[in-house]
Amino acid sequence: MYVVSVVLLVGALLTPAVYRWRRRKAGLRAGELTQVYRRRLVRALVASLVFLILGLTGLAGVASASNGDKNGVKTGTDKTSVTAIVPVGTPQDQVLPTVTQQVARDHLAINYAWLTVGGILVLFMQAGFALVETGFTRAKNAAHTMMMNLVIFALGVAGWFVCGYALMFGAVSNPGLGITPLSGSLHVGHWNLIAHGGFFLGGHAYDVGIMGFFFFQLVFMDATATIPTGAMAERFKFSAFIVWGLFASMLLYPVYGNWVWGGGWLSQLGVFGPQWGHGALDFAGSGVVHAMGGVAAFWGAKILGPRIGKYDKNGKPRAIPGHHLPMAFLGTMILLVGWMGFNGASTFAATDFRFMVVIVNTILASAFGLLSAMFTMWWKYGKPDPSMTCNGLLAGLVAITAPCAYVAPWAAMVIGLVAGVLVVVAVVGVDQWFHVDDPVGAVAVHGVNGLWGVLALGLFADGTYGFGFNGVSGPVKGLFYGDAGQFMAQLTSAIVLVLWCSLATILFFVIVKRTIGLRSNEADEIAGLDLPEMGALAYPDFLLHRSDAGHVVEGPATVSAGSGASSGTERS
Amino acid sequence: MKSVIAVIKPHKLEEVKEAALAAGAHGMTVTEVQGFGRQRGHTEVYRGAEYKIDFVPKVRIEILADDSDALDIADAVVKAARTDKIGDGKVWVTPVEHLARVRTGEIGPDAL
Repeated sequence: MYVVSVVLLVGALLTPAVYRWRRRKAGLRAGELTQVYRRRLVRALVASLVFLILGLTGLAGVASASNGDKNGVKTGTDKTSVTAIVPVGTPQDQVLPTVTQQVARDHLAINYAWLTVGGILVLFMQAGFALVETGFTRAKNAAHTMMMNLVIFALGVAGWFVCGYALMFGAVSNPGLGITPLSGSLHVGHWNLIAHGGFFLGGHAYDVGIMGFFFFQLVFMDATATIPTGAMAERFKFSAFIVWGLFASMLLYPVYGNWVWGGGWLSQLGVFGPQWGHGALDFAGSGVVHAMGGVAAFWGAKILGPRIGKYDKNGKPRAIPGHHLPMAFLGTMILLVGWMGFNGASTFAATDFRFMVVIVNTILASAFGLLSAMFTMWWKYGKPDPSMTCNGLLAGLVAITAPCAYVAPWAAMVIGLVAGVLVVVAVVGVDQWFHVDDPVGAVAVHGVNGLWGVLALGLFADGTYGFGFNGVSGPVKGLFYGDAGQFMAQLTSAIVLVLWCSLATILFFVIVKRTIGLRSNEADEIAGLDLPEMGALAYPDFLLHRSDAGHVVEGPATVSAGSGASSGTERS
Repeated sequence: MKSVIAVIKPHKLEEVKEAALAAGAHGMTVTEVQGFGRQRGHTEVYRGAEYKIDFVPKVRIEILADDSDALDIADAVVKAARTDKIGDGKVWVTPVEHLARVRTGEIGPDAL
């Protein structure tokens, strides 16, 4: 090796000399350069440089195999690494406590890292929601829909910071994350109703463990808040939407969330009262996050009313195709990736190896949800509808979110298969029976399948996980594994969710409708909300074709067939 | 002088162009258009709800030609645009009263 390097270095020195020799042989004086010799000079210098670099790197031992810990067996075992934990001169009787403490800190470090990575993945799901919702709606509202999806993030952060976190998680403790309660709970008897510690992240909440947990839970809340914007897209007045974002993050989400995840009364059903199983469980939020968003989406879209032209005079639904399917597909795939963090990191701990099972179950349910939705559409309507296939994948993900840690892989497959059929039935049902116009299928995907997920946990939990959860000893078992109580707890939780969410959102949306107004005015809606509400078109430079022009907005008088064609999409 | 106008399927444009040039066309103007004929569009299903596609995307070609070439060009376009399936389009020929080349101001057949 050294020989080669030395030869290269000598070559580097000799190359310019060779050049000079050849030039002199050709009879040129020093300093005289013809074009040919200028090119040769450059070539000689480049070659010299290459030889020099190769020779020096060779001498530095880059290509030799002598140094470094190539299979990692020595890293961390040498003296400096050890003394970083146990300093030289530590008294003998202090060695063990020091080591124990460091192990505990490392345990937390791994968990914090996993929680943060998971939280970042979930944060990225905001992009997925934005792309799905915008892709499934029309071009004339694209800037408006995108804007809602971005702004909901900031509104959510604000509301969560002010009081959302405090109400929901003020009373939780988690040794795996080094979290102790910030407050007690308001309670009736031994039933906890709401927590109240850590407003504005003040006081004891200014703590690394709380910060990690705050961030992770924040991104979940943002998912709930953004779900209804899809169902209400293309007609949701922006000012009303702002109020919605604050309402969702400050009240709607934290209350039920506290009851299930914050030590509230639903999670106590296993300890007190009927002593059903482990009380209400929801691993990563089929109910707390998705059904909450989905049920709110249902009432939001119902109270808002359908988009102009969605139903004909006889109430027959008409399709209003989304303007950008590839965008919706990309969003779906981003959601799939984000969901690995959503469910996987909901162990809150990389030291809880169950997260491997969680991730595989999540993948299985998404795949089988996609397949069953696609084949259902194919069989029922003749073609494998792309947008419904996206919804099928998401439906599988939503449904497995609550049970993912408690069930076996085969059950994840079944849950996904059922979810795929449910989403098709629900999309069509919401549209045709309830006459609720949900452009993206949020009610079907998040509402119906969220509730299915909560119940599925009570059916399929196989007694291999959840030892001691919610203060009840032993593992979590569903109805099919002999614990009807767990199913009762899940059923109660689902019913309470629907009741609370319906009550709160109906009240909220009706009040908003009566005061600032919930819906954009008719002319703006027909023109597209981009210019009237946002002052900017999403696609100012494009002439957008629409082969269905004239069918979407049909009928007599003001909303004529022609206005469908001129409703913004053909503006250039 | 005549104007040969054709409404054809978009993917046939390249073949039609070659055929028209071979039949004596000097140039052409192409527009993307939408429309329907006797079949009146078709019906699709989106997320379980039916919708009608009334206006199908087509390409409209205009070719200015001498009286002697016009029918040959029209024939060539018909042959090249044909797929034997519904929606192949139409070709028609209309007289042109007046024609001028903008750059030189030439008038009539000289401007072709």
